[in-house]
Amino acid sequence: MKITVDQEACCGSGLCVLRADQVFDQREEDGVVMLLEEAPSPEDFEEVRAAAAGCPTGAIRLAE
Amino acid sequence: MTDEATPIPDYPFAQPHVLEPPQEWAENRAKCPVAHVRMPSGDVVGLLTGYDEVRTLLADPRFSRNLAREGGARLSNTEDGGMFSRRNPGATDIQEGPGHQRWRRLLSRAFTVKKMEAWRQRIQGMADELVDAMMAGGSPADLRTALALPLPVQVICALLGAPSEDQEKFAYWSEVALTLTKYTQEEVDTAQQAFLDYASDLVEQKRAHPGDDLLSELTLISDSEDGRLSHDELVSTARGLLLAGHETTSNMILKMTALLLAERERYEAVVADPELIRGTVEESLRMDPLAGVGIPRFITEDTEVGGVPVGAGSNLLVNMAAANRDARKFPEPDRFDPLRENNSQHVTFGAGPHFCVGQTLARVELQVVLGTFARRLPGLRLRDKPEELRPRDGVAAGGLQELWVTW
Ligand code: HEM
Ligand code: SF4
Repeated sequence: MKITVDQEACCGSGLCVLRADQVFDQREEDGVVMLLEEAPSPEDFEEVRAAAAGCPTGAIRLAE
Repeated sequence: MTDEATPIPDYPFAQPHVLEPPQEWAENRAKCPVAHVRMPSGDVVGLLTGYDEVRTLLADPRFSRNLAREGGARLSNTEDGGMFSRRNPGATDIQEGPGHQRWRRLLSRAFTVKKMEAWRQRIQGMADELVDAMMAGGSPADLRTALALPLPVQVICALLGAPSEDQEKFAYWSEVALTLTKYTQEEVDTAQQAFLDYASDLVEQKRAHPGDDLLSELTLISDSEDGRLSHDELVSTARGLLLAGHETTSNMILKMTALLLAERERYEAVVADPELIRGTVEESLRMDPLAGVGIPRFITEDTEVGGVPVGAGSNLLVNMAAANRDARKFPEPDRFDPLRENNSQHVTFGAGPHFCVGQTLARVELQVVLGTFARRLPGLRLRDKPEELRPRDGVAAGGLQELWVTW
């Protein structure tokens, strides 16, 4: 799985961080998403999929 | 869609019961992705009740939340057309597009998950004190005055660095600002001015005596005149946060409590297993029983919603609570299930670029409140029968007037 995030579209909700803080974080200065792990390990797949589905701006894309 | 023969129904629809949604939602969802309804102003808008349609529309940055324009629908019966059509100084540029993103990013830094989690302890302290006082006063109590109003007011005031004694003023100014049919234009004008003056004074105080709070930080940014936040925008933001920070959360504390106590096994489940707090809060947000009218968008380019063409210049209204009961997204949508797998994907906080700035905070507040009740008031009950609860009519935000509880 490969993750990409669209920092322009992100509204800084932090929902992805709540789901998977080993994969996503927020920039301190403006709350925008930061990707910690472009290629997550298989045990994180489920949480990452949930984070992508739950992102309110559709800013998380997955290539599987 | 409506044809000449069918009259356009008045909106908001009547509810069979304060905790039960109007039947029209399900009918519309099944038959028409865009249903025409008449607002109290007399203007006609297209109502969206399907999950995908609502989410797609809100997420589309082309559509505008600024209805103060030629052709923008007026929702309320006041001459100014209500909240979404009012022209507020300092609110225009930050409402959408690049100006909105600039503004939003100044705010988002204060509302990150890490910052909000750091507030949890403090919010717990405030909730415990309010519950102490409520219990000392004895059963029954009106939860609105005992906790639902003061808690969110104290929280947003602490965050902004404002005194929280003025809670009844904030509550009144906010309710007037959100009028659908309850207040006159004169009352709106007076309350608007008073609220703006208050916010303006607060900014002056922060300028004179800066503290470790969001408003002091924003005042510094504004004073640096680097183009990120003008003075009018600063005052408008202070007012906006005071309003948005308490009104909806206060409202939701009452609605959540009513939903849980009206079918008390929902509450008993949380008392027995605190692990259910998060899911119960999400499910209460999803099933929001008195969600108000929803939020409008002005359609700036021809588009399509659920296969129905919608022309530029139309006005659409999304009802989030209706979308949250779409069975295509949430199977058996009227069943309350704290373990529902996707229950946090409701659109109660909107979607897209304007997705609620304060949702992490609101969620923490609701979780703290429910956790505190479950721990300290396992015998909590509604004093009145659910069908006797009084809705807050004539206000765009919906909700309950009060909520009397016993324990
Ligand atoms: C249960 C409580 C809450 C609910 C249901 C709620 C709901 C919403 C919704 C639906 C929107 C989107 C409006 C639109 O798209 O036009 C929104 C936006 C907003 N909310 Fe909340 N909200 C809540 C709590 C809060 C709190 C606690 C704060 C402040 C700290 C807050 C501040 C805001 C702000 C500033 C916006 C505008 C965001 C923007 O335009 O980018 N809200 N809220
Ligand atoms: S869930 Fe989406 S909008 Fe929210 S912080 Fe993550 S990427 Fe940004």
